[in-house]
Amino acid sequence: MTQDIVIKAENLDLTFQTNDGPIQALKDVDLEINRGEFVSFIGPSGCGKTTFLRVIAALEHPTGGSICVNGMTPDEARCKRAYGYVFQAAGLYPWRTIAGNIKLPLEIMGYSKEDQNKSVRKVMELVDLEGFDKKFPWQLSGGMQQRASIARALAFDADILLMDEPFGALDEIVRDHLNEQLLKLWSRTNKTIAFVTHSIPEAVYLSTKIVVMSPRPGRITDVIDSTLPKERPLDIRDTPEFLEIAHRVREGLRAGHAYDD
Amino acid sequence: MKSVFPILTVVAAIIAIWYAGAVWMNSQWTLDQARRAGVELTLPEIIRDTMNQERATLPAPHQVVAEIWKTTAEKKITSKRSLIFHSWITLHATLWGFALGALIGLTLAIFIVYSRVMDMSVMPWAIISQTVPIVAIAPMIIVVMSSMGIQERLVPKAIIAAYLCYFPILVGMVKGLRSPDAMQLDLMKTYNASNRQSFWKLRLPSSMPYLFTSMKIGIAAALVGTIVGELPTGALRGLGARILIGDQFGPPIRIWSALIMASILAGGLVAIVGLIQRITLKRMGMNQ
Repeated sequence: MTQDIVIKAENLDLTFQTNDGPIQALKDVDLEINRGEFVSFIGPSGCGKTTFLRVIAALEHPTGGSICVNGMTPDEARCKRAYGYVFQAAGLYPWRTIAGNIKLPLEIMGYSKEDQNKSVRKVMELVDLEGFDKKFPWQLSGGMQQRASIARALAFDADILLMDEPFGALDEIVRDHLNEQLLKLWSRTNKTIAFVTHSIPEAVYLSTKIVVMSPRPGRITDVIDSTLPKERPLDIRDTPEFLEIAHRVREGLRAGHAYDD
Repeated sequence: MKSVFPILTVVAAIIAIWYAGAVWMNSQWTLDQARRAGVELTLPEIIRDTMNQERATLPAPHQVVAEIWKTTAEKKITSKRSLIFHSWITLHATLWGFALGALIGLTLAIFIVYSRVMDMSVMPWAIISQTVPIVAIAPMIIVVMSSMGIQERLVPKAIIAAYLCYFPILVGMVKGLRSPDAMQLDLMKTYNASNRQSFWKLRLPSSMPYLFTSMKIGIAAALVGTIVGELPTGALRGLGARILIGDQFGPPIRIWSALIMASILAGGLVAIVGLIQRITLKRMGMNQ
C-alpha cells in the first residue's frame, strides 16, 4: 500500500527569517495524502496552508522534518513535473491566446506541435472552454480565465494538482459552478488534488479529507475524513451529514483560535 | 475626429504666440531705424515691418516656412544648401547611434536583471554617465576618434548619439524585464523552466510596452546627441552644423529653419516608433 501514498510529510518545520525576527510558518506538520484523494486545507490567514502547498511544490524549502512527493524530494518531483499548480490569480499571459497560454508549459517541456494541439483540445474540453482557443484572456470573464489556468495546469498530465485558493477572487455563484465542475473533472481524471481555501462549505463540498490548520505557529489541528459519497450534487450541502462535517470544521477552526483573541 | 479641434487649437495658439513674439522682438530694430531716419511710425506700420525683416531676431512663421520651402523643394538634394541633404546626414548618424545605443542598453539591462553584481556595479556608472554634460564629452569623442585615424565624421556622431540614447533604454528595460510578478516567476519554476526559457517566454514579452516607451525617448535623445556632435568646429554638414553656422555667420532664419527641421525629424522618428509599437502590441493582443 505504500506506493499509494503520494505526499508524506513528517515533523515538517519551516521558519522564515524576517526583519522582525523568525516566524514559524509550519510546526510539526504530519500528513499523508493518498493517490486520488481530494484534500482541502482550511484555516485563517497565516496558518501556513499556502506555505505547505508551496513546500510540496518546492517553491519553499522546509527547515526541519521531511517531505516526500511521489517518493522523491519535492525538488526532484518538480524537475520531473509531477504536479500542476493553480494560483489564486489566473496569471494568464495577456500576449497569448487561451490556447497559447495552455501550450506554455508544453512548449517549455518540449512537446511536439502535434502533441501540444492534442493536449490543448483535451484539457479545454475538460474545463468546458471549447471554442475559446483563439480568444485573448481579457476577452474572458474572471471565472473563465481561472478555468483556463486550471486547463494550463492539467495540460501536461501531472497526477498531482495543487490549487492555492483558485476561486478566492470569484463571486459565490461562479464559485459554486466551478466547484461542481472541479468535482466532475476530478472524478474523470483521478488526480490527487491539494486545495487551499478560506471557505468551509467549499472545503466540505469538495474534499475527501479536510485538514484544519491554525496560526502562530502554523500547524494542523484536525484532519477530517469526509463521509460524503463521491457523487455530490450541489444540494448535498443541505443534508445533515454535510452540516455535521461543516460543524466539525468550524469547531476545529475555533479551537485553533481559542487562546488568540 | 474629436481630437482634431483641440490639436488645431494648440497649434493656432503656438503660432499666435510666435507672431506676437516676432512683433515684440523685432520692433526694437524697426524703432531704431525709424529714429535714425527721423520718422514717426504708426502701430500697423511697425507690425508690418516686423513681419518681413531680412535679419529678424525672431523670424515670423511664414518667413521660416518660406525659407524651409526654398531650401528643400527648390534645391537639389545633393546641394549643400539643401536642408534635406543636411537632414539626411543627421538622420543617418542618428539611426546608427540609436541602433548602437539600443543594443548597449538592451544588453546591459539583461545583465543587470540576471546578475546582482552587475546591478550594483554597472547601474551607478550608467547614472553618472548621464550627469556629465554631453557638450563636454562630444568634442573629446571627436578628437579621440580622429586621433585614432577615423576620418569619417559619422562614427563619433553615432557614438555621441548612442551615449545619450542607451540610458533611457537601459532603465526602461531593467524595469520591463523585472515587471513579471512573483507569481508568474513561480509558475515558470513549477514548469522547471530554464533561465533562457523564462527570458524568452516571460520576461521579454512582458517588457515590450516598456521597450517601446523607452525607445521613443531614446530615439529623440539620439537625434539631440547627433546634433550636439555636429556642433563642434569642423562639421560642415548636418543640421547641427547648419545651426552653428547660422548662429555665427548667417541670418537667424537659418537657425530657425534648421531647428524646425530637426523637430520635424524628431517628431517623425518618434511617430515611426509609436507606429511599430501599435502594430507589435496589437499582434501580441495587448492593445486594449
